[in-house]
Amino acid sequence: MSLTLEDVARIALLSRIELSAAERETTRDQLNGILGFIEQLQAVDTTGIEPMAHAVDVVQRLRPDRITETDRRADFQALAPETEAGLYLVPRVVE
Amino acid sequence: MSDLINSSLRELSAALAAKKVSAVELATLFLDRIDKFNRALNAFITTDRAKTLAQARNADEKLRVGADVTALTGIPLAHKDIFCTRGWRTTCGSKMLANFVSPYDANVVEKLAAAGMVTLGKLNMDEFAMGSSNETSYFGPVKNPWDVSCVPGGSSGGSAAAIAARLTPAATGTDTGGSIRQPAALCGLTGLKPTYGVVSRYGMIAFASSLDQGGPMAKSAEDCALLLNAMAGFDPRDSTSLERPGEDYSRDLEKPLAGLRIGLPQEFFGEGMDADVRAAVDVALTEYRKLGATTVEVRLPNSGLSVPAYYVIAPAEASSNLSRFDGVRYGHRAPEYADLAEMYSRSRAQGFGAEVKRRILIGTYVLSHGYYDAYYLQAQKIRRLIAADFVAAFKQCDVMMGPTSPSVAFAFGAKSADPVQMYLSDIYTISTNLAGLPGMSLPCGFGNNNMPVGLQIIGNWFGEAKMLNVAHQYQKATDWHTRMPGGVK
Repeated sequence: MSLTLEDVARIALLSRIELSAAERETTRDQLNGILGFIEQLQAVDTTGIEPMAHAVDVVQRLRPDRITETDRRADFQALAPETEAGLYLVPRVVE
Repeated sequence: MSDLINSSLRELSAALAAKKVSAVELATLFLDRIDKFNRALNAFITTDRAKTLAQARNADEKLRVGADVTALTGIPLAHKDIFCTRGWRTTCGSKMLANFVSPYDANVVEKLAAAGMVTLGKLNMDEFAMGSSNETSYFGPVKNPWDVSCVPGGSSGGSAAAIAARLTPAATGTDTGGSIRQPAALCGLTGLKPTYGVVSRYGMIAFASSLDQGGPMAKSAEDCALLLNAMAGFDPRDSTSLERPGEDYSRDLEKPLAGLRIGLPQEFFGEGMDADVRAAVDVALTEYRKLGATTVEVRLPNSGLSVPAYYVIAPAEASSNLSRFDGVRYGHRAPEYADLAEMYSRSRAQGFGAEVKRRILIGTYVLSHGYYDAYYLQAQKIRRLIAADFVAAFKQCDVMMGPTSPSVAFAFGAKSADPVQMYLSDIYTISTNLAGLPGMSLPCGFGNNNMPVGLQIIGNWFGEAKMLNVAHQYQKATDWHTRMPGGVK
């Protein structure tokens, strides 16, 4: 199967990446090339094989619920595009 | 003084201890070489002479007092720009982070600084480590010092080029699908990707978290062993860091190789490998037999599926990891937008380059409703088959060997138009990442156009000391790792 321009637009929306109409066409062709390449995985019989999510079988470590971080808000917010009074600013979401 | 550019880390350490050279003089030697050659090579994104010299003075003070001195105190190194460095810009090769100055140090940076190493700067790389040629960097491609019309490999291409050109004695790298080993091969160096979980990922900007692993790059296996000693170790801030007793990775360097069983995966010696690479690898295997090793054919029947499985798993993880770049807390924000949704999508469209966007889109697709089972889950099942092949093959051998890369360094533009062709440059390296195994590349001769060829060693899980032993004994018997490109003398 191959992706249509509508599929590409939907994936771009889910990815939060703006694509122009021209970019959508090139992207469709390139993604179809990559999907054609990974299509060979479908031919493999994996019945009964446990998916391997990770390279090593370890369980999530737990730690005591103690505060270990110091307050470095000023340092972190110095990196932000826009802040005010200790808050990160974004366009208005709720009218 | 200038002969120090070819010295091993052990030799540099001895020279520092004997007060034949100071850390400041050593740092100055390399900073001056960076000033002279970096314009042509583009290996460094950021340098800061004042910061470097302050670290060097600090190291000299430690050496003078004789307290807190390690085998690496006063030796310069440079970090791949994927490692967060407090007070230095950390770009990850992306416009998204072009002005990002990290508020903290990566664990690896902390550890190497604690060992007394002096940072020369931050090294160029493929954007977010996604690439095999360094052509995806927002800061422009790195040139291969052996031939500036060729790529240095990627994604740790800046690390590889800087060491090959003797702009630094050592560097950090990261390897998700071959990003330490392939550039090491293409630039004639030694590089090691440890077993997954040996080196902390804390502060290493995430690409594909179940595959990413940091490691050392240097001129020799002995140098890599000393660096890995300082880099490895449990870190509670990385949830997949392994709690294991500390190791001296240099402990077995001098062991003779008599009786060593080298597995040769037949799948790595079929078509696809260039004849010049094959010839150099064959000569290296003959050398190993002279050193007392025996070779045995092994099979990795599913290894042909490693590249397609990787290009499902790695983009899936990347699409999730890179969702943090939203123009809110740090990173690029588009100058103009109508609302929040547009702010996100425009900031990301402007901040990411073409290859990064492609991988986010692919990753989003394979994780999306209706395709998750067919692509992502299927790839994870195949990942288990690939890992199981290694378990079976390691019953017959102690290490495996083959080519690191199917070809020597290729020309700029040769593969950049076709993503799949570029992905296939990592055909021999990706399976070890999927399995979590350690791997190395070391120089084993020269191929077409007199470009370096890399020999890959694959170790068993936690077999770093064995691999380093195997590489070091070869480097004692040969001198490929001492060769230096002509244009940077």
